[in-house]
Amino acid sequence: MLLAGYLRIIQTGIKMGKTLFEKIWQSHIVAERQDGPALIYVDRHLVHEVTSPQAFEGLRINDRRVRRPDLTVATMDHNVPTSNRMLPILDQTSAVQIQTLEKNCRDFGIKLFDINSDNQGIVHVIGPQLGITLPGTTIVCGDSHTSTHGAFGALALGIGTSDVEHVLASQTLWLEKPRPFEIRVKGKRKNPHAVTAKDIILSIIKNIGTDGGTGTVIEYRGQGVTDLSMEQRMTVCNMSIEAGARAGLIAPDEKTFEYLRGRKYTPDDYESLVDSWRDNLRTDSDAKFEKQFTLHIDDIAPQVSWGTNPGMTCDVTESIPSPDEFSKGNSGQKKSAEKALDYMALESGTAIQDIKIDRVFIGSCTNARLEDLLEASKIVKGQKISPSVRAMVVPGSQMVKRQAEELGLDKIFLDANFEWRESGCSMCLGMNPDILSPGERCASTSNRNFEGRQGTGGRTHLVSPVMAAAAAICGHFVDVREMDLR
Amino acid sequence: MTLRPFKKITSIVTPLEKVNVDTDQIIPKQFLKLVQRSGFGRFLFFDWRYDKQENKRPDFVLNDLRYENSEILAVGDNFGCGSSREHAVWALLDYGFSVIIAPSFADIFFSNCFKNGVLPIILEQATVERLQQEAGMVEVDLECQTITSPSEVIHFEIGTYRKKILLEGLDEIAQTLLYERDISEFEKKSMIPSVL
Repeated sequence: MLLAGYLRIIQTGIKMGKTLFEKIWQSHIVAERQDGPALIYVDRHLVHEVTSPQAFEGLRINDRRVRRPDLTVATMDHNVPTSNRMLPILDQTSAVQIQTLEKNCRDFGIKLFDINSDNQGIVHVIGPQLGITLPGTTIVCGDSHTSTHGAFGALALGIGTSDVEHVLASQTLWLEKPRPFEIRVKGKRKNPHAVTAKDIILSIIKNIGTDGGTGTVIEYRGQGVTDLSMEQRMTVCNMSIEAGARAGLIAPDEKTFEYLRGRKYTPDDYESLVDSWRDNLRTDSDAKFEKQFTLHIDDIAPQVSWGTNPGMTCDVTESIPSPDEFSKGNSGQKKSAEKALDYMALESGTAIQDIKIDRVFIGSCTNARLEDLLEASKIVKGQKISPSVRAMVVPGSQMVKRQAEELGLDKIFLDANFEWRESGCSMCLGMNPDILSPGERCASTSNRNFEGRQGTGGRTHLVSPVMAAAAAICGHFVDVREMDLR
Repeated sequence: MTLRPFKKITSIVTPLEKVNVDTDQIIPKQFLKLVQRSGFGRFLFFDWRYDKQENKRPDFVLNDLRYENSEILAVGDNFGCGSSREHAVWALLDYGFSVIIAPSFADIFFSNCFKNGVLPIILEQATVERLQQEAGMVEVDLECQTITSPSEVIHFEIGTYRKKILLEGLDEIAQTLLYERDISEFEKKSMIPSVL
């Protein structure tokens, strides 16, 4: 009897279902070490100018080659100017970094979408757009927002420069297995034009904290997620790293397959791949997650960050909390909230809608895709931005820019006195000339409100594209649900 | 990259009592444009260390002469969150820190440490706070996995593989290339087509 019991336990153990993450992980194990990590194969390696020079230099010093240039793609996005592309780059150190990437790609035989390419853009915008990002694959890039590609059901990880070198040389990475974390998004938004994917992910981070996902891979599930378009799903997965997660992903469905159909680098045998993805790429019903969180979105409001990390966020209808309310008894968090309010020059109790802004940035790998610009343009159309505000739109890629111009969005923004720029990371991290001056306050569609992120002394409030557009018009934050969104 | 094998370290502990220190604070983006790994130390915590005129801010702990030659930094929860920039680790190391002690670390930063011979140690929050308050001389012995202060001996955990990498200063890529046969075998079975 006892033995039969044991056998049953063993059998159940064998048969236990797997999460989508575990399936992708398992199918990419090249080797495993007794003492910890697994050697994971990398299907796609995306490279940019800022985190790769030292990696290529390492290859040269050790006389190593790039193992799979055919699985490696590069672009320049972090420090490229977004003004006239015909002019030379004035910042000499940026110019050197860009030339270095050009030389490295030439020397090692890597496909590069350079500054003059029609396909140049933020690496996490062009990957999906070109059909390089595929479901069920492993994707890495020397950039933490690589998690964006998880929207396609890929395991997409941000890595450091030493790992970039490791992948260039071996097409593999040693990784400790993260734990699967289920985030269920339940319900339906009443006004999906005003309450966006950005508000969903900011609400999640506000609730679980900026380290709530540490050591995990998040799978976003539920109707609130499946209802989202591919571009909206990318916004959600993009900010997984802001919750501390190693990656975030969403099981692929017909929307995913349709999005990738017929793109420039979509594989020739795409339909047969789709058949196998449809059968395999989902979490089994009896799979176990090690951590769970549920967000109900029926009544969520547009979100605005008030502090210096993305967890310091509240509803647009609320006032800034006191450090005591925010920290709920954690002394470290309380100190950090006090410091944040001081840096942001804000006081507890101030209504979010009373905060005046100087700048608006619509851009970044979080929110600079066509749909983001289209939604923001509906707010802007026929209006002028507040005379006290300087506002810019930086499309996520040259392709997004062209598509937007075909729809006439550039005119709508320009007529309202927005600047309409060339693509790049721009003021999300301020490595190019697009930066805030000390003390300036910005409504930004980017992903990080860290001290000095958009320029030394600059103050960042994270919001959705429609909230940013509305703030540009009014000169302060407003509840976009009260505006006519047609 | 071959690393310097990690030896015992005896140093005063620098207390940085902040949580959620992100890599943008450790090394601001205007200093990411170098194309080499060295020379980042002078930019470490730049906006906290210097005022607008680039004078040292007297209230920042790194500007306190007591900690001038410290090799051990004790910090709050979720250290190294945000950007994956390895420049953060290069800056800490170049400045002189080779041990970082915290109640928790962000994943990418934690992994980046081991690639550069920096030892990140996770301890209970109360223990980290005690080390911060004492801010005295301690000895960190990776081989024995202990931190010895005048008042106590603290044990810490570390994965066997990561410990070996640090102690022997192994070139991880050279180690991985020994798996050439496994990698080639995997590639033969792989269904995923090339990009180009």
